[in-house]
Amino acid sequence: MLNKTGIPTAEDIKTVSPSEERLKKGPVAIIECFQKIPCNPCTEACKQGAIQPMKDINDLPKLEFDRCNGCGVCLSRCPGLAIFIVDASYSDTEAIVRIPFEYFPVPQVGEKVIGLNRSGEELGTFEVSKVQSGGQKNKTYTVWLVVPQELAMDVRSIRLGGVRHAN
Amino acid sequence: MPKVKEIEILIIGGGPAGLSAANAAAELGASVLVLERDGKPGGQLVKQTHKFFGSKKQYAGDRGYQIGHLLIDQCEKNPKVEVWTDATALGIYEDGVVTAERQGKHLKIKPKKIVVATGASEKMIAFPNNDMPGIFGAGAVQTLMNVHGIVPGQRVLMIGAGNIGLIVSYQLMQAGVEVAGIIEASPTIGGYLVHASKIRRAGVPILTSHTILEAYGQESVEGAIICQLDEQWQPIPGSEQDLKVDVICLAVGLSPLTELCFQADCQMKYVPELSGHVPIRNDYLETTRPGLYVAGDVSGVEEASSAMVEGRLAGVSAAYSLEYGNDAAPKLQAEAMAELSELRSGPAGQKTLKGIMKLTDKGEAAC
Repeated sequence: MLNKTGIPTAEDIKTVSPSEERLKKGPVAIIECFQKIPCNPCTEACKQGAIQPMKDINDLPKLEFDRCNGCGVCLSRCPGLAIFIVDASYSDTEAIVRIPFEYFPVPQVGEKVIGLNRSGEELGTFEVSKVQSGGQKNKTYTVWLVVPQELAMDVRSIRLGGVRHAN
Repeated sequence: MPKVKEIEILIIGGGPAGLSAANAAAELGASVLVLERDGKPGGQLVKQTHKFFGSKKQYAGDRGYQIGHLLIDQCEKNPKVEVWTDATALGIYEDGVVTAERQGKHLKIKPKKIVVATGASEKMIAFPNNDMPGIFGAGAVQTLMNVHGIVPGQRVLMIGAGNIGLIVSYQLMQAGVEVAGIIEASPTIGGYLVHASKIRRAGVPILTSHTILEAYGQESVEGAIICQLDEQWQPIPGSEQDLKVDVICLAVGLSPLTELCFQADCQMKYVPELSGHVPIRNDYLETTRPGLYVAGDVSGVEEASSAMVEGRLAGVSAAYSLEYGNDAAPKLQAEAMAELSELRSGPAGQKTLKGIMKLTDKGEAAC
């Protein structure tokens, strides 16, 4: 249960997943936001009109998958870091997963990192294909990972190998 | 300086609520003095590195410290606002004089209106060795890391999965400190689940229905014994775990800092949903002592977003009562009240709403 462990269940994920067909068409946002909290920056971030304006600020975000072009602006704006972009059109065997990232060190393009699922379990070693800076004000990085097609809806984090500042 | 400093509106506390109150009142033309106990204004905002929730009106998407800088900037640019840092309010007296201590001097201030925005203080829980070096309040960890750039240790046990426990765990990880786990006595996570998921997928376990039995160590913390709780919140024998940690961080809730309200003889009431004793006040945040307003956590513990809106409401109301903004004020008040209802209308705001209902219920006895 999400509210006991922090891990969204398979059923939770199903409610925010596009169809296989849509996934194959190209990049699309997956908004893993399952709790009604007063928050709406994603609706204002979306310039495609894909994330519907909310009647009540506590509503869950609603994404029209067919209007989403996977631009990733919502990913970098979501205060909850709960939005990912999945591109299953990358190749026959591989997909791109873009994840929001706010730790140090920031992975470099070409680097191999350990990908984790929603429980923090290791899923394998994947290559970083692109890193986007959120800019001076936003600061959230977007890290692009090349993952096997079958893991595109599972890889959601990176094992932290950060510098330890404590002695 | 004259013996008694005269001012139209005195704001006690320079956090999100106090600064918002100062800006709102000064915008309408009132002269404002802010007393801030710390060396710098901004309150808890300056330690918040995460992006805020809410809507644009509450600066959603901006990080807490950025919002803090924005509010401080607005105050600095407005000639109607004066901020005294390192200044602690001591008392609010019957003749309307407020006393304060600043740089070893005893000061007297005579305001026409007062906004108390003193915030909240951290709660503590009882367990053996809870006074050992290495045991911190979450606020202290944030101050150490995000104000002074010092990490508290190498491996942390976080107690409490409310928003503060979750956010400070995340900040510890961002600073390169390992978080061994987050334990929470309640059966469910109290904070926003997006914060919880963010930490969980980075590999940190969140153990609900768990508590700390004791901390141990020679001179400072070397570990903690934790255990699982049953449905009656009783320890389950045999469920003990020994965690090797050098820091135990407590994020077990906040209490409104209401000493000044008690001392000023505001009518107070114990409301568990608002986290303790809070002053009874009307819709415009004026307490039972005429001319004394409250805003932010002192009036009931909530999020910084609503504290800023409450500050704005109290500031506008105080200025309006001095006949500033006769055209604009009613509209600004209505806007702020609408924002507050919006922020509180979802499941996350139900507790606060219930608490406020109890506060305005005139039939019940208060102390």
